[in-house]
Amino acid sequence: MTEIRLPGTLTPLFAGLPRRVEVEAATVLGAIDELEKQWPGLRDRLVEEGPALRRHIHVYVDRERGGLETPVAPGSRLDVIAAISGG
Amino acid sequence: MSKTLLTVATRKGTFLLESDDRRSWSLRGPYCEGWPVYHAIYDPGSGSIYAAAASEWHGSAIWRSRDLGETWEMSSEGLSYGDEDGRKVSKVSTLAVAGDRLLVGAEAPGIFESRDGGSTWSLLSTLSGQHGSESWDDPENQPPGHLGISGFVTDPGDSDRFFAVVQGIGAFETDDGGSSWTPRNKGLRRDWPADYEDVGFCVHKLVRSSEPQRMYQQNHVGMHRSDDAGRSWTEITEGLPGDFGFAAAVHPHDRETFYVIPVDGGHGRTMHDGKAAVWRTRDGGSSWQDLRTGLPQQNAHLGVLRQGMTIDAQDTPGVYFGTSTGQVFASADEGDTWSEIASYLPAISSVDVAVVD
Repeated sequence: MTEIRLPGTLTPLFAGLPRRVEVEAATVLGAIDELEKQWPGLRDRLVEEGPALRRHIHVYVDRERGGLETPVAPGSRLDVIAAISGG
Repeated sequence: MSKTLLTVATRKGTFLLESDDRRSWSLRGPYCEGWPVYHAIYDPGSGSIYAAAASEWHGSAIWRSRDLGETWEMSSEGLSYGDEDGRKVSKVSTLAVAGDRLLVGAEAPGIFESRDGGSTWSLLSTLSGQHGSESWDDPENQPPGHLGISGFVTDPGDSDRFFAVVQGIGAFETDDGGSSWTPRNKGLRRDWPADYEDVGFCVHKLVRSSEPQRMYQQNHVGMHRSDDAGRSWTEITEGLPGDFGFAAAVHPHDRETFYVIPVDGGHGRTMHDGKAAVWRTRDGGSSWQDLRTGLPQQNAHLGVLRQGMTIDAQDTPGVYFGTSTGQVFASADEGDTWSEIASYLPAISSVDVAVVD
């Protein structure tokens, strides 16, 4: 299982969505699609047309900056970060 | 007992102002998780509030409340140009109800519709085929405010007939529900060179009076009036302190009465001389009167955006506007006198009004 850690801006948008979720997936996009199955609409909050990560959403796999196609493995930690922006 | 409800869209969420008498107001919010909200409306048909919002992190969505703000849900299902051609929905700017469907205008320019009360969306039109539309997505052609659909004007008698405003390009009308479009910019002033006669105009705000042939618009360069449902336009700026502004509202019972908020057309885009004023015509734009009673008259550098002023439909209509510095002002006597009913909101994008039970 891959552990996904989600930003605090995302969890209020979906009932029951915790900050940490475990899924089985082969890539970052696959992991997000697994979340989409449980919380419909969630993919749209992280991924835009392309598909591509939204501009201010960053992902790190085992603390290395990644993208939608970055592989994840059992035991991986996937951090989804809402970049510091706004004011 | 019925009450007056103002839906106020701000840079940090949606707020609601309610009043039983249009003099004493209570405030609720923020809603929509503090997302930047560009337009919030109340739909009398469904009793729902809709809010078009675009989070810097989480993209665009339409929020909906079916219980006057107590609970909210949001959806962007179908609110996409797809993965193929590189277009992106970077923002949703404006909302309107046309019969049984809900319209939303987006950047890059396109119109999406929902026929299930905002649960799902589909692309209705990108107005492709209009002169120059092939270059609307070119970054070189983007005006500072970006190019998108910035407003609608619907027809109460015909849900297939409505106007859409393309920012920096002009107004277009459809009479077949969005399949085909006709430019409606004849007679508008423009002070810049343009490649085409029928497009290349900067329409800030378009409104229709109680008599459908009579329309008004605040343009980048001048106030204009139409007596033939937008087919031609005549400038009516004379008597106003300037030709630039965004917000405008028309009297619900008198086609000759119309309100506008002139602002400095330079970089500041705030009310002239730091003195707040709404300007009213009662003769279709032949003459104008400034309305200042109750509005701040010194050091009041207030801006009001295109959806920032509205008017209710009561016998003696109330007029309302919200500023880019977070104040809401209200008049219960057609603009003769004003009071500040909210003071410290985030920057306001839109104010809409409805009477609810």
